[in-house]
Amino acid sequence: MNRSQEVSLDTVRSGVRKKKKNKDTWAIIGFIAPAFIIYGVYVIYSIFMTFYYSMFDWTGIDANMVFLGLENYVRLFQDGVFWTSIQNNFLLVIASLFTQLPIGLIMALLLFSPIKGMRLFRSVYFMPFLMSTVAIGILFIFIYEGNYGLLNAVLGAIGLESLQTAWIGKESTAIWAVIATVCWQFAPFYMILFRATIVGIPEELYEAADIDGASGWQRFKSITLPLLMPIIITSAILSVIGSLKYFDLIYVMTGGGPNNSTELMATYMYKQTFTNFNMGYGSSISFSMFIIALIVTVFILLGDRSRRGNE
Amino acid sequence: MIRMIKSMPLYLLAIIILIVMGLPFVIMLLTSFKGQMEFMTSPWSIPESFSLDNYLLLVELEFFGYFVNSLIVAVVSVVIVIIISAMASYPLARLKFRLNRPIFILFMVGMMIPIHTTLVPIFILTNKMGLYDSLIGLIGPYIAFALPISVVIFTQFMRDIPKELEESAKIDGCSHLRLFWNIIFPLLTPAVATVAIYNFIHIWNEFIFALVLTNSSQNATLPIGLREFYGEFSVNIPGIMAALTLGSLPLLLVYFIAQEKIVTGLAAGSVKG
Repeated sequence: MNRSQEVSLDTVRSGVRKKKKNKDTWAIIGFIAPAFIIYGVYVIYSIFMTFYYSMFDWTGIDANMVFLGLENYVRLFQDGVFWTSIQNNFLLVIASLFTQLPIGLIMALLLFSPIKGMRLFRSVYFMPFLMSTVAIGILFIFIYEGNYGLLNAVLGAIGLESLQTAWIGKESTAIWAVIATVCWQFAPFYMILFRATIVGIPEELYEAADIDGASGWQRFKSITLPLLMPIIITSAILSVIGSLKYFDLIYVMTGGGPNNSTELMATYMYKQTFTNFNMGYGSSISFSMFIIALIVTVFILLGDRSRRGNE
Repeated sequence: MIRMIKSMPLYLLAIIILIVMGLPFVIMLLTSFKGQMEFMTSPWSIPESFSLDNYLLLVELEFFGYFVNSLIVAVVSVVIVIIISAMASYPLARLKFRLNRPIFILFMVGMMIPIHTTLVPIFILTNKMGLYDSLIGLIGPYIAFALPISVVIFTQFMRDIPKELEESAKIDGCSHLRLFWNIIFPLLTPAVATVAIYNFIHIWNEFIFALVLTNSSQNATLPIGLREFYGEFSVNIPGIMAALTLGSLPLLLVYFIAQEKIVTGLAAGSVKG
């Protein structure tokens, strides 16, 4: 092909491309618009409105809105319950990371170990994830109940009567009882993610390790774990973000009590907004939740990027 | 024999976890067959007779209305989510344009946004639209919050479909709509399964929007119904257990029927992300 032909071909091509681009633009808009509009109205618009509402003293019922500027945030910083709730949220983040993920991983590994009755184990291990949080909450209220609760009955049966207590009725134990329940609910989800990744690991890798005489632990440490790392990181992100916005179980089981000892940002926000009808103040709590989640996400992403850079 | 002994600790661990994960379900089921008197005298024993009285009480209280509501809301939301998120993912995965990356990130960020941050505005918006205390009022937020994960899953899945496939179709002058609908969409089955299962479980069990956006028990979904029932009959523990069992049954049944499909389907899309 000689040069002049090439040039003319190029001009033809760019002409076609321009026309195509126009057509594409409308297609792009048409395809994205339905999702974007719904997402825009319910999520993006709402975040801005939350910030707007957070600058008012407002019950939400009447039209009487008093502009306060950032006064709600000043009040929030001096609000002891809010600090307790942040503390509990971060406790939940840490506890979730160090219970849900390891237990999920252990369960996933058990499903690949040479034991019989695999179908039964697998079926039962996953069940908690399918139950509604409200149902789990109500069920565990009775498990933790002080007089006839299942947990106390089990403790009694194995001779640990001294540990029996009203688990969610006491400030010192309530938050741990709830955290254990959250773990019970979500460990199965991570098990599924880990299991799916382990299934994808080529059998040859293990065969090669067997030839080299690697022990079970060595196989895990040098083959399974490194290949699981990306999904462990993803799971950690999901777990952290999920813990920061956690609500359902606490609301059903303790309502933030006793004496705010299990209060989370989300339960406190709900209480202020829909029980006390402080829509303005409640909005300042929920906007703070957004900011905290945003900061944590940015940190995770930056950490992830530098980790990838190191590899 | 040696093998058996070697795997003893594994069995022990597996069985302990089995008990922790399964016992609450067993107790829930067993208690639901008891009478209140029997529960008082021996709360954790195996029931003397398997009476269905508690379940009949639930039927009398029209507990099934909650099922119908949850089913309508979940099915409608999931179907719409699949269609519009697959559509939105098509240009994001297959076409080059300037706003591609920002729009994708905007959707992705949605995964970290706490629902509570949008609760008051959505509550007010729903009231203004006259959709307060209606099933339609729930569907909007459910779709909106299901979009981020769905768009991410579909986009990642679609990126892996070979480009040659649509190139020939394009030369034939195929429009984007036909290209998407006739060629791309049928290839998305595994991703559709993931998106459908994941969102269905979430929406079926969703609590906070249902709590804030509905009011009458006529429009209550299952989680709200369970909580209402718990509030009203808190002394009748076997009755509550029957309600919990019944409320958990649909998903568990589907799970036992199509276990492998659900488990792999649930993981297929997520693992890649």
